[in-house]
Amino acid sequence: MTSGLKPKHQRLVLVLLALVAIIGAGTLAAWALRNQASYFYVPKEMMANPPSPDRGVRLGGMVKAGSLKTDPDGVTIRFLVDDGEAEVPVKFSGIVPDLFVEGSGVVAEGHLGADGTFVADNLLAKHDENYVPRELQDMTEAQKRMAIEETN
Amino acid sequence: MAAELGLAAMWLAAALAALQLVAGAMAMNARADGTSELAPLVRPAAVLQGLLAAFAFLSLIYLFAVTDLSVKLVALNSHSAKPLIFKVAGAWGNHEGSMLLWVTVMSTAGALIALVERRLPEKTMQATLAAQGFVALGFYAFLLFSSNPFERLPTPALEGNGLNPLLQDIGLAFHPPTLYFGYVGLSVAFSFAVGALLTRQVTPDFARAMRPWILGAWIFLTVGITAGSYWAYYELGWGGWWFWDPVENASLMPWLAATALLHSASVLAARDALRTWTIMLGVVAFSMSMVGTFLVRSGILTSVHAFAVDPERGTFILALLAIYIGGALAVFAFRAGTVAEGERFSITSREGALVVNNVMLSAILAIVLVGTLYPLLTEAFDVRVSVGPPYFNPVSAIFFFPMVAVLLVGPLLRWRRDSLARIRPSLVIVGLLLLVGIMVALLLSPIGILPGLGLVFAPALAVASVLPLRGRSLRRLPLATWGMVVAHLGIAVALFGMASESAFSEERLVAVQVGQTAEVGPWKVRLDGIQPVAGPNWTALQGRMFASYQGGREIEIDPQSRSFWVPPQQTTESALVTRWNGQLYAVVGNEAGDGKWQLRLWWKPFVTFIWYGGLLIALGGLLALVGRVIADLKRRHAKGRVAQRRKEAKA
Repeated sequence: MTSGLKPKHQRLVLVLLALVAIIGAGTLAAWALRNQASYFYVPKEMMANPPSPDRGVRLGGMVKAGSLKTDPDGVTIRFLVDDGEAEVPVKFSGIVPDLFVEGSGVVAEGHLGADGTFVADNLLAKHDENYVPRELQDMTEAQKRMAIEETN
Repeated sequence: MAAELGLAAMWLAAALAALQLVAGAMAMNARADGTSELAPLVRPAAVLQGLLAAFAFLSLIYLFAVTDLSVKLVALNSHSAKPLIFKVAGAWGNHEGSMLLWVTVMSTAGALIALVERRLPEKTMQATLAAQGFVALGFYAFLLFSSNPFERLPTPALEGNGLNPLLQDIGLAFHPPTLYFGYVGLSVAFSFAVGALLTRQVTPDFARAMRPWILGAWIFLTVGITAGSYWAYYELGWGGWWFWDPVENASLMPWLAATALLHSASVLAARDALRTWTIMLGVVAFSMSMVGTFLVRSGILTSVHAFAVDPERGTFILALLAIYIGGALAVFAFRAGTVAEGERFSITSREGALVVNNVMLSAILAIVLVGTLYPLLTEAFDVRVSVGPPYFNPVSAIFFFPMVAVLLVGPLLRWRRDSLARIRPSLVIVGLLLLVGIMVALLLSPIGILPGLGLVFAPALAVASVLPLRGRSLRRLPLATWGMVVAHLGIAVALFGMASESAFSEERLVAVQVGQTAEVGPWKVRLDGIQPVAGPNWTALQGRMFASYQGGREIEIDPQSRSFWVPPQQTTESALVTRWNGQLYAVVGNEAGDGKWQLRLWWKPFVTFIWYGGLLIALGGLLALVGRVIADLKRRHAKGRVAQRRKEAKA
């Protein structure tokens, strides 16, 4: 890009540079997304096809009634996430969202441990009537009914 | 009555926007010798349109202030028991009101350019205002046909639904308007770009006319992002300051584009190079604001920001998005070839460094855009994914750090052509600092690669950013140069804060009984008691705690877990203790049994530098803006005097 180049060439070089960078960024993004995007599972899928422990995923379902236990340290909880066909045990250390109760829907972010327990880094529950995690919104009515029957 | 007046004002404003579009387009197409009869109407139409939109928005604020429950929007989003400030802020804390704010800001900006901008050829101005009218018209249509904020209820409601408690915060009063000013400033830059492209006037003058608007937009976006980050930090109670949430990305993407545009416009203004690239960035920057508006307001994402869940509205915004971006890209494709080649430059020059800046920023923009839209794309194939920090952090860093490396030397280079040998002393200083940084980072290991890189680059960048001041008279330095120095220093400060926060934060999660103490980093925190407290529209459990730093004086902190009753919802109010070298962050959770309470404590060294840095960046922008505007005014004054003298001489 010295001044020896013709004007047309400098423009061409600049355009090529920009294109290479943008295409490079796009390719890199596509490659990284394949490895880093966190997939959403329901318990049935997680049991049938467990994700590897080093992969961050999300697990969604109902907190099974009667399964919620607190460890003696007072901050670790364990519960079962249920979709009516399978259950996955979940462990979470932290302050639970305010509307997290047995029988309610939950989305857990974390990874599946080697022992088959899902270790959650974060729990998403219904915040209020207007703010529901997207996955919970689509949970079938049948699952909800079932969850309600179990709580009764 | 106020509702009807507001609605009428909105219809009139929409009609004027249409007039502005038609008259501007006709004036632009008039032959070179003749002028269109409608041309003199364009500027007054723009001014009047701005006034009417402002009037409509003020009517809405009035309706919220007096809680007129016969208006549907007020009944749905307000409550008579709310404090007045939140009633007023509630006017834009909902879908319809925020869209009205959008269009009001845009029309006011249009009125302003119609009033003051006289540098460009009149035809370019007509084309610019026509483009502005075209964009505004779409938003008026959106408001009038699918999101009327002034709709009345058949029978007035007895009481309002209240405002989402997360939004009942002083931050709400400022956060959305700030971001909207940013988005809308970019719409002005976009109109200028379209105007310049249509009339083939991509000149340094055009860059100078556009620059204050980019700078203004960029300042507001910077402040908006900084404030939004801090707000999420203390309001959500998760201890994080950036989540790569789609809504955050929606504000980051226009910022990235505006940053690139700002730098390329300065090349165009100073050196008449990068002409088409600047136009392209102008189109991209506004497209990103539109994408941001679409993501946030269409209800395609579920978040506290998504007010509209009506699919019709999402479709409407998507249609607007397609029309504007598609139209602009089409104009670009047809006209870009006719824009003459700009000045040339060597790779080792200020322009060369700025090209790197532009390319890297565009690459980061592409990465953020792809990551943000990817979940929406896969959902079309019924695969649900979410994309978070494990993707965004490393992938954007691949382009961010090379950009910072160039930023170390770029501002030291001269325009057009320079050699690294000339700035060798500065290079040596920066190089030594980097080496020291690397050694310190290695000694401190294990810390992650990205925080390590941040800790290495931040001090070097801080020094490099003030090096352009070397050997220059500080008193005679243009304000705009000060702006550059301060903004770059702000990046160093923010980078240091981010790196330090992720490298050295300590977290503690415990259940303690009243009277017991928990430790986190250098802090000891004693739980003194838990008591119920009540606010105007909420009750809360409040933890009373005493925190002491390295055994020093005890400071009382009172984190709360609040329950609102209209609408019923709970929020976590964190408590912060700020020291110069970091923040203690405390959250109180639920009762854990046996009289124990859950506490979550963080010690975050230098976390506040993130936001200080953000504010410095904005301050730098402000200095540059003031400097540019003053210089423009002086130039205009001088030109006026020259013209007058010439007249006198003639006489």
